Amino acid sequence: MTAQDMTAQDVPVTGADGSAGATIRQGWPDDIFDCLREFGVRQVPYVPDGGHARLISRVHQEPSMRGIALTSEQEGIAVAAGAWLGGQRAALLMQSSGVGNCVNMLSLIKICKFPLLMLVTMRGEWGEFNPWQVPMGSTTPDALRLMDVQVQRADRPDEVGDVVRHAATMAYGGGSAMAVLLSQRLVGAKVFTR
Amino acid sequence: MMSSNHLDRRQAVARLLRDRANALVVTGLGSATYDVAAAGDSPRNFYLWGAMGGTASLALGLALAQPDTPVIAITGDGEMLMGLGSFSTIGLAQPANLIVVVLDNGLYGETGAQQSHTVATDLAAAAGACGIRDIGVVRTEAELERLAADIAAPGQGPRVRVIKIDAAENARLVPLREGAHAKVRFRQALGLGAE
Repeated sequence: MTAQDMTAQDVPVTGADGSAGATIRQGWPDDIFDCLREFGVRQVPYVPDGGHARLISRVHQEPSMRGIALTSEQEGIAVAAGAWLGGQRAALLMQSSGVGNCVNMLSLIKICKFPLLMLVTMRGEWGEFNPWQVPMGSTTPDALRLMDVQVQRADRPDEVGDVVRHAATMAYGGGSAMAVLLSQRLVGAKVFTR
Repeated sequence: MMSSNHLDRRQAVARLLRDRANALVVTGLGSATYDVAAAGDSPRNFYLWGAMGGTASLALGLALAQPDTPVIAITGDGEMLMGLGSFSTIGLAQPANLIVVVLDNGLYGETGAQQSHTVATDLAAAAGACGIRDIGVVRTEAELERLAADIAAPGQGPRVRVIKIDAAENARLVPLREGAHAKVRFRQALGLGAE
């Protein structure tokens, strides 16, 4: 992809070393944003993540939403629970590696039957350059299911909005703990180049 | 009220909560939960029995959702140490209606009184370094009285107070342990739906 091929909705991702990385195509982050706004989500705790960069940016620009940067994903589980206790809906954004950080904190969700919506960008499953992402990426769905979080998955850009909308219905309407895994094929493999 | 030069935890918590007014209270697992229960149960209390390290973060989500109501998190030094990053998150979010009270006896009391890191780690200073500007250490009854006087008042930003308590163990006073019920009870006290 060249710069000329990019649309306004494409997001260039810079590698941790400052190198140019992958480009995320298409408007699925906007579909997620529209869905969160439609459901009246007020708090969006997140650990910064390239795959969610556009969504995070839109959340911070939206007056009805509060983006809450976390130092670790498990904080976000507790923030989401606190938000619900106080009458607000939260959606928690993270990368698959962060799911492992959440496991014990998910006890809070399970024991108190808090609704939860996690939106997880996947690493370690599709053209992953960094092998250190594979152990957690490959066990992310199992780790969530072990803690009774319902797992749904979106692989194609055109299905993201629909999948998130139905997960949100189950979370906020039905009180379930839900995670939507956004596949690495969708997000785009991170490329490290010098 | 003092022994071994430190405050009695149960008396200190009871004193603080006497002036809580309509404040919402979240407790960290272990002794902090028992201390708050001993001061008197309330549907505006939410007791954690697990989720170690999550008390301050849960209180943050609650404080942002209820910005006009004071939120008091009461937890122990060990629980706070496990969620130390939440000081950074709170320092960035700056909720003015949140106060985190850490009961610091320098021990992991629930697990056999092993020494905690607070012999080396200054939790109030750590909070300050994370951008929480209103910090303090409470060592005397006079300082406790000053804290009680404005615990339910809104601050200029988030506040952290570390109360130096003695190491004595108190009887375990077991409050509501059914999490789903505690959640519903709390929400109903705020006039929210039961879900």
